[in-house]
Amino acid sequence: MKISGAKIVVETLIEQGCETVFGFPGGQVIDLFDELYLSRDRIEHILTAHEQGAAHAADGYARATGKVGVCIATSGPGATNLVTGIATAYLDSVPVVAVTGNVPCSLIGRDSFQEVDILGVTMPVTKHNFIVKDIRELADTLRAAFKIAKSGRPGPVLVDIPKDVQTAEWDFEPRPDPVRPYPLCFASENKLRKAAELINAAERPYIYFGGGIVAGKASRELLALADKTDAPLGCSLMGLSAVPYDCPRFLGMNGIHGHYTSFAALTEADLVIALGVRFSDRAAFEGEPDDRPKVIHIDIDNAELDKNVSADLAIEGDIKDALFRLLPMLEEKSHPEWSGRIEQLRAEEKRRYDAADRLRGERCGKLSPHDIIGVISSIASADDIIVTDVGQHQMWTAQMYPLRKPRTFLTSGGLGTMGFGMGAAIGACTATDKRAVLFTGDGSFGMDLNELATAVSQKTPLVVVIMNNGVLGMVRQIQARCYDKHYSATTLRRQTDFVKVAEAFGAKAGRASTADELRALAEEAFAYNGPFVIDCAVDCDETVQSPLWSEGAERGESNGV
Amino acid sequence: MEYKQYVIGVIVSNVSGVLSRVSGMFTRRGFNIDCLTVGETESASFSRITVAFHGDNDIRDKILKQLEKLHDVKEVEVLDPNDTVIRELLLIKIRNSPSTRQDIMTAVEIFRSKIVDYSPTALICELTGETSKIDAFIELMKPYCIMEMCRTGIVAIERGDNCLKTIKTR
Repeated sequence: MKISGAKIVVETLIEQGCETVFGFPGGQVIDLFDELYLSRDRIEHILTAHEQGAAHAADGYARATGKVGVCIATSGPGATNLVTGIATAYLDSVPVVAVTGNVPCSLIGRDSFQEVDILGVTMPVTKHNFIVKDIRELADTLRAAFKIAKSGRPGPVLVDIPKDVQTAEWDFEPRPDPVRPYPLCFASENKLRKAAELINAAERPYIYFGGGIVAGKASRELLALADKTDAPLGCSLMGLSAVPYDCPRFLGMNGIHGHYTSFAALTEADLVIALGVRFSDRAAFEGEPDDRPKVIHIDIDNAELDKNVSADLAIEGDIKDALFRLLPMLEEKSHPEWSGRIEQLRAEEKRRYDAADRLRGERCGKLSPHDIIGVISSIASADDIIVTDVGQHQMWTAQMYPLRKPRTFLTSGGLGTMGFGMGAAIGACTATDKRAVLFTGDGSFGMDLNELATAVSQKTPLVVVIMNNGVLGMVRQIQARCYDKHYSATTLRRQTDFVKVAEAFGAKAGRASTADELRALAEEAFAYNGPFVIDCAVDCDETVQSPLWSEGAERGESNGV
Repeated sequence: MEYKQYVIGVIVSNVSGVLSRVSGMFTRRGFNIDCLTVGETESASFSRITVAFHGDNDIRDKILKQLEKLHDVKEVEVLDPNDTVIRELLLIKIRNSPSTRQDIMTAVEIFRSKIVDYSPTALICELTGETSKIDAFIELMKPYCIMEMCRTGIVAIERGDNCLKTIKTR
C-alpha cells in the first residue's frame, strides 16, 4: 500500500523501536507532525521550548539508556538550532538521529525561505548525514541512520527530508525488527597476548578508562581486570559512573580538574592501560615516550589509536570482548609497594583538600559546593540520574558526587556545552521514568531555563540545583589566576530571581543559603512529581581545585586552561 | 620521521557530497592536500579518488584512519611509489610567434607532447606523464610566455594484480 513520505518516517521510527521523539514544528515538517498527531498513541512527541533543547533531550535519552535518541526540527533555523546539540552528542559519542525538514527539492539551492544547507553545516559534527530526495529511498535511509548511529563507536546521524518527499507517496513494508548494528570489531588475539605480557610484567600498572566502558557495558570486566592485576583505576570525565565511587581501587577522575591521587598515580605508573578513552587534551598526559609510562590503548575506534598519545600497544576492538578475552591471560598479581604509594598519595590529597577548604574560611551565609553535593546526595537514590551543565558546578559534581551506577551521570564532556543540562535531564527522565537531578550554575541555567516550560508541561520529576555565585566562575577562576583578576565579562550584575522565574514557569522553587534550608527544600523537591528549582547561594571565590596547581603557588596554566 | 609525498587511492560510494566529505576531513583535521582527483570507476556505484599529500608516517596513518571512518569511504590504500603508474594531464596555452615557434615545436616533440590547437597567436599543448615530467615541460615553456594552463592532478594505479577493491563490508 502506498503511504506518504511523512507516514513512512513515522512508521520507520516506530519500527526502529523509537517510543519518544523530541522536537519543535515548523513549515517544512507540518506533514511529519500531522502523522505524529495521527500516530500519537504509538509514538510520543515531546515539544521543547527550543530545538537545541530537543537535541539535548534526544542526547540525554540516549545517554541514560544506550538507545538511539531522536529529535525533529524544521528547515533553516530549526535545523541550525539543533547543531550545538548534535555536536555535543558527536564529541561524546552518543547515538542520536536528527530528522530535519527542508524546502521542496525544486526550491533547494535558491536561498528559499528558511532554507539552509544543513547537510553541509552538520558534516563535521555528525557520524554521517543524508538528504533524501527520492521517496523510494526514504525508509532505508532512516534505517541506515539508526544502524550507523548505534554501530561501533556511537554518534549522531542527521537525515534531511525535503517537504515534497514527505508529501509524495510510496510503498512501505515494515521490518519485523529494528536494524542491528554492524558487526563489532574484535581485538586480535596476538595483540591481546602482547598486552597480557606487558601487564604481567608491570610493577605499577594504572587503568585509565573512559566513556567507552559505559557505552561498551564493560564495568564488570573492568573491575575484574583491576582486581586481577592489583591496579588502581582512574577515569576521564566521560568514564564517571562506570564504577561505583566507593570502589576501593577507584581514584577518581583524571585530567586538569581531576583528583590529585588519580593524576599523580598516572604520572608515576610504569604502565597505563587505557580503555575506551581518547586522551582528550583535558586529560592527556605530556612528556616524551622515553619518560612517560608505557601505554596500552584499547578502543573500538581505530582512529583514536595513536591520535593524541602514541601507544606502545594499540588495539582496535570492542572493549567488553577484549577485556573478557584478556582476563584469562593475566597472572594474579599483587603490588604492595605500589599500593602503599597510592595510599600515601591519598593521604596527601586529603591534606591538600582540607588545607584548601580551611583557606576558604567562613562562608558568611553561603553554601559550599561540598555541602550542596553532600546534602543532595544524601537524599537522592542511587538510581537518580545526575545531570550537569558546564562550568565549575560541573567539575564539583564530577569530583564529589557519589555515583554508583553506569548511565547515571550525564554531562557534556567533549564539547563542554553550557545549556546542555535542562534538555538532557528532560530526555533522561522521559526515557527512564526516573528522577533526574540537574546541577547547574547561574550562568549555564541562563542558557537553558526556557526548558522549564517543557519540564512543567511534562511534569518531569526533576530537581534543579543552581549553584548561584553571581559569576561565570570557571572563566573567572582562570582570570583570577592568569589574568591579574581582570574579571572581564564574568561578573553577572543580573537581578534574576530564579525562584520567581521558576514559579512563573509553573515550577516549584525555593532558595537556600544554609545546609539546613537546603535539606528541607531538597526533601520537598524529591517528594514532588514535577520540576523543583533550588537556588543555592555560593560564594563567588569558590574555586575548582586542580591537581596541576602546585600547592600554595599561583601558577599560570601554560598547558591550557 | 621522514617527510615525503604519499599517494593514496580511495574507493568511495558514487553519491553526491562524497567529495565534500573527503576533502572536508582533510581541512578539518589540519592535513594539506597536494592534489586530488576523482572519477567514476568500472562500477557506476563507486568513484575513485586519488589524493597526494606530504607528511610523515604518523600523519599518513592518521589520514588513513580518519578516511576509513567516513561512511561513504569503502577502501583506502597507500600506493607503493615504486610499483605504481602515476599520470597527470597538462593543457598549456603558449604565445605563438614566428621567432619562438620552432623551439616550442622541438620541445613538444622531445616531450612527446601534442599540439591540440593552433592559431596565429597561440597554441595549446597537451602532455601526459608523471608530475616531474609535467613540471619540467612547464619550466621549459616559461620563456615563451605561458598564457594560461591547467593540470589535472595525478591519477594513479598499481601495477600487476594488485587492485583496490570495494570489499569493505560495514
